[in-house]
Amino acid sequence: MSNPAVPASVTRGSLIEARDIYKSFGQTPALRGANVAVRQGEIFAIMGPSGSGKSTLLHCLAGIFTPDRGDVLFDGQVLNAMSEADRTRLRRTAFGFVFQFGQLVPELTAADNVALPLLLNRTRRKVAYMTADVWLGQLGLGDKGGRRTGELSGGEGQRVAVARALALAPKVIFADEPTGSLDSLTGEKVMDLLTDLARQQGATVVIVTHEARIAAYADRVATVRDGIASAVDPPATAASHAAAAATGVD
Amino acid sequence: MYSAHVSVPLTLLGLLEREPSHGYDLKRDYDAFFGRGKQLPFGQVYATLGRLARDGMAIAGNAEPGDGPDRKRYAITDAGRHEVDAWLAEPVEPEPHLQTVLFAKVTLALMLGKPASAYLDTQRAAHIRRMQELTEVKRAGPLVDVLLADHALYHLEADLRWIDLTSARLAELAEAVRNG
Repeated sequence: MSNPAVPASVTRGSLIEARDIYKSFGQTPALRGANVAVRQGEIFAIMGPSGSGKSTLLHCLAGIFTPDRGDVLFDGQVLNAMSEADRTRLRRTAFGFVFQFGQLVPELTAADNVALPLLLNRTRRKVAYMTADVWLGQLGLGDKGGRRTGELSGGEGQRVAVARALALAPKVIFADEPTGSLDSLTGEKVMDLLTDLARQQGATVVIVTHEARIAAYADRVATVRDGIASAVDPPATAASHAAAAATGVD
Repeated sequence: MYSAHVSVPLTLLGLLEREPSHGYDLKRDYDAFFGRGKQLPFGQVYATLGRLARDGMAIAGNAEPGDGPDRKRYAITDAGRHEVDAWLAEPVEPEPHLQTVLFAKVTLALMLGKPASAYLDTQRAAHIRRMQELTEVKRAGPLVDVLLADHALYHLEADLRWIDLTSARLAELAEAVRNG
């Protein structure tokens, strides 16, 4: 267990860090000493096959799961040393979430769904709905605010989920297989919007995906296998730029 | 830098790293592991061994009595070992359809007890970097470039899946290589 009295030294430039974290479910280990450091403002992908532990890592980084061993740091604070109430408050104010199936409330309208987390954070109703309208407009859903989300297509639903995550002006957006239930073209549109708008807002994005094409939207990509996160790929090198030129696509 | 092609000289040199061998033995092992139904001509084997010896990568022993065109036993030199190591560690240029060269590298690495898993990781990183570049092309480029980038991305993704699956099967593959 962590000692909250011990101040955590943060890896330079990183906003969220997992340090040698372990997490098991019963007898089944999901993470076995995972280390990642996500920098402020970057799009960071965690890639790995099904059952590799990548979603568990995301849930630990987001403070939804508490690791059995090791520490998760957010902005210099040890998440797993916080009280559950403080963690919940942090998740509600600083983190936005996009999941594979949107996890919207189907009986509510798109605008209700986007406004809901703002209302939970005690934003005034009028402001919350104005903000929801702005974000739905940004995601090309300006005319869908009054529709129940249960009546929307998968792609529209995911765009509502992205609007809901961004409306909070979060420091971090956690996206778990955000395109997993979408066809390729719709998935790409969702990724374009999510990454473009997050960059405009200066939000950090952590995406979990099993698809390399989706991970390729990220600035850096970590691979998780058997519960261990491997070294993050370095930024593109001069050699790879040369390779790009040689293949003639750009 | 990337190595782009299956290299017969480097593969033969790698086989020599196991133990000094005659051309005949090298041809037999090359055909069994890397030939995939296409045999390496004897002439090419002996010509390649001659060039490797000329370039200081291998040394030829004295001719031994017996049938056949060349009964010399060849051994790898330190320079040859260095050449094989450098070739194995270099990622292949991330283009679609490179399973042949990657397969050769992985198999040879396992034969020589070298870190095949690390080589695959390096290749995975090279693939991902190329996919990031292509994704950037798609974000900014005209539709024609987007379509070309899509084609490359899907093929690179398929290669990446092969790399992942091969990583998962390395222990099994090592066993198969050990047992010939």
